[in-house]
Amino acid sequence: MDVLYTIFIDPFVQMAEAPDFLLQVVWEGFVAGILYALIALGFVLIYKASGVFNFAQGIMVVFAGLSLVGLHEMGVPALLALIMAIGVMAILAICIEKFVMRPLVGQPDIILLMATIGMTYFLIGLGEFIFGGEPKQMITEELGLPTGSTAFEMDNGGLVILQHIDIAAAVIALIMVGGLAVFFNRTRIGRALRAVADDHTAALSVGISLNQIWAIVWFAAGIVALATGIMWGARSDVSFALEIVALKALPVLILGGFTSIPGAVIGGLIIGIGEKIGEIYWGGLVGGGIESWLAYMIALIFLLFRPQGLFGEKIIERI
Amino acid sequence: MTEEARVPEIASPEKILSVDNIEVIYDHVILVLKGVSLSVPLGGITALLGANGAGKTTTLKAISNLLKAERGEVTKGKVIFKGEEVQGLSPNDLVRRGCIQVMEGRHCFGHLTVEENLLTGAFTRRDGNAAIKDDIEMVYDYFPRLRERRGSQAGYTSGGEQQMVAIGRALMSRPTMILLDEPSMGLAPQLVEEIFEIVKKLNEEQGVSFLLAEQNTNVALRYAKYGYILESGRIVLDGDAAALRNNEDVKEFYLGLGGEGRRSFREVKHYKRRKRWLA
Repeated sequence: MDVLYTIFIDPFVQMAEAPDFLLQVVWEGFVAGILYALIALGFVLIYKASGVFNFAQGIMVVFAGLSLVGLHEMGVPALLALIMAIGVMAILAICIEKFVMRPLVGQPDIILLMATIGMTYFLIGLGEFIFGGEPKQMITEELGLPTGSTAFEMDNGGLVILQHIDIAAAVIALIMVGGLAVFFNRTRIGRALRAVADDHTAALSVGISLNQIWAIVWFAAGIVALATGIMWGARSDVSFALEIVALKALPVLILGGFTSIPGAVIGGLIIGIGEKIGEIYWGGLVGGGIESWLAYMIALIFLLFRPQGLFGEKIIERI
Repeated sequence: MTEEARVPEIASPEKILSVDNIEVIYDHVILVLKGVSLSVPLGGITALLGANGAGKTTTLKAISNLLKAERGEVTKGKVIFKGEEVQGLSPNDLVRRGCIQVMEGRHCFGHLTVEENLLTGAFTRRDGNAAIKDDIEMVYDYFPRLRERRGSQAGYTSGGEQQMVAIGRALMSRPTMILLDEPSMGLAPQLVEEIFEIVKKLNEEQGVSFLLAEQNTNVALRYAKYGYILESGRIVLDGDAAALRNNEDVKEFYLGLGGEGRRSFREVKHYKRRKRWLA
């Protein structure tokens, strides 16, 4: 009985007793979730357009953040450094398309996956060579991002503290998702992108240039990586350890579906909030540390019952 | 001097497409086409006939250059479209020049709506939205059924409608030449007739030339003006459609009309031997 009580009743009693604390936990989870969602978004873009699971998305986040901070350290003004970092992602996209995707066209998926793992190690080496291996401070203030925090007082006298940078992250994520949705559904290139996602060869046959589309997609994923790098860097710092955190995007994708942009966002939020609440209220039961594996457990359960994820595209098959 | 070199003899003015002795190898080892030559006159409908695996699709893909994505390669010979050698050009370039392939098995973009599918066909065009809108209306006039279904996802439309989407999508690129691969595949006879009627109309009204790969020899030879018969990577017979329809070999092997009643197995064997010798 005692065990059942501590699992099923006690956590909820705690939540009800301290709603301000609960709200704070949910907010923290929400913010973490948004960052997971941003990383997952980068995966989804590339997966949709080329069917490649891009293992290098995590290192692209680090590389983008490093370029920005590194350029600033070399004496480039912050805004110019931002524009140059976007340029770096564009060059990277073109190089990946030219030297990795194009020679491997028509090869099995597993070969492309291996190629992205190779790219990961290449980018780690290149990043360390150019910018050094030590963690760097994100140039939050220089970029004009808000710092500081606002505290809200609750009815019962408790406090909920919102960091301004977190609010900014949420807003930027929202704008990016909205922008991508418009881009995909309303523009000529976006339509071509979806066509490529549906059927490579048919897209080729109607004159859509795969090379052009791939370069654009990798560039878009690079922009998303840059935004993620800035936001995540501002919360901790810019270091190669981020690359491992990026693997959290995997359960997010399984939950939300590999092909769905809204799925990436909602999956990210569920994982982010779920693991924070799990850690705080249930973590004590197993000695803590739930946060690092809960997401993968949720993903496993989803794989068993809904393999295409919450929002994954249903496979349309005519018989 | 250079002018002359660019326009070889084979590209006489009334031919829109000529294929000169091409050889295709897949994966560096599998020889699929062993020297295929054919030509399509400007404004003509030419049929490319043959059984499964004869090399019809490979021939079309060698022309449209979709082969590369399947690790195939044209190792010998020339493809000349509108007087210029086009082997080595990307499919994108070819569509820009007016030569587009409609692939076997339709290949619609299943998650896009019918209208979005048509719009993807206009990807290479740069003449503005108004012209593209006009052309969508034109496609709907040819395929009224698509107008009714413009908002539905192409993956949920019927086989005949998907074939119409595929042809309509190709039309959106304003082609002068369409390489049409097995339009009759998996369709009811009535629908096959309907599709071919539209092909004929497009040919007459829009002046689009067609190279038509078909297994359905009967229908293809009724609509085409000229035909080639392909067998294991070689052209074994060609001629006017009417002449081919009356050819004894074609009747026997492709139209299923045996001459006088049933032949004995011995005679069939003899027939095949004679044919191989001729090839």
